[in-house]
Amino acid sequence: MQIQTTIDDHRIAKLAAFAIALHMVEAVIPSPLPGVKPGIANIVTLYVLLKYDFATAAWVSILRVFASSLLLGQFMSPTFALSLSGALLSLGTLWAAQHLPKRYFSAITLSILAAFAHIAGQLIVVRLWLIPHASVSYLIPIFATAALFFGLINGLITAKLLYNKTQLLESDKTEHGST
Amino acid sequence: MLSLLRSPKPTFKHMLIGDWLTIIFSVMLTAYLFQTLWSHEHASKVQIRIGDKVYAAYDLNQQRDIKVHGAIGDAVIHISQGKVRFSKSPCHNQYCVHQGWLTRSGQAAICLPNQISLELIGEQKPYDSLNY
Repeated sequence: MQIQTTIDDHRIAKLAAFAIALHMVEAVIPSPLPGVKPGIANIVTLYVLLKYDFATAAWVSILRVFASSLLLGQFMSPTFALSLSGALLSLGTLWAAQHLPKRYFSAITLSILAAFAHIAGQLIVVRLWLIPHASVSYLIPIFATAALFFGLINGLITAKLLYNKTQLLESDKTEHGST
Repeated sequence: MLSLLRSPKPTFKHMLIGDWLTIIFSVMLTAYLFQTLWSHEHASKVQIRIGDKVYAAYDLNQQRDIKVHGAIGDAVIHISQGKVRFSKSPCHNQYCVHQGWLTRSGQAAICLPNQISLELIGEQKPYDSLNY
């Protein structure tokens, strides 16, 4: 059986592969608290959203969640549920936030909002399913701090990748020219 | 990507006015979460619920064992100088007993099998989204 693929499909596959790779790298990094992670794979989601469109970003993000959990052997486990709920809520937030005026809000705002939504999605699953217990609320401030910190850093990296591209190329050229 | 590592300096120049507002708002939100959820206000009372009904409220400044009849049997709740815990419970998993002492206002211990829950109440009960 032959499936007809389009250029868009190939692009989504490439970008998703990139996100999966970042996710794998991150899985190796030890975390002080389950849930506190840099979320560097979200840089790809954000980059795709701003460079292409929301549909592509959603595909990349959801594919990343499914493929990474299969690779890590977490498919259908609580970790997978956390990952999926975080990704879905963060996509929902990005969908709403992409309409913010571009003149005042850059990728950094989107990244911070997505990070908060991500952690909120995970906490909802934790509270409703995994630990149906009020004591989780004690950890919320820590998660919020991590979301703010990593959201800002990911946002800065995305902004740099998006807006600095031509400048970077030019500076590379001048460097080569001078040597 | 390498250039990104080489020149980390002008990173902040991409930040627009809205980004700063988002950051300020997020910092305020985080600070608010710390303030409300990590309040170390000591509790003055414990409220015991059976099912969805309030069974009783006791002052914490006493030494006392309370026997409460829950859905599957008698649980013993131990109050001791500002602290409270489940000291005995007929439930199978004993999560409520293992949770140990509750001291801060807003803390709660819930025994699902026996349908008994404890909640500590401070001088003024902090609002939550359920009863606000």
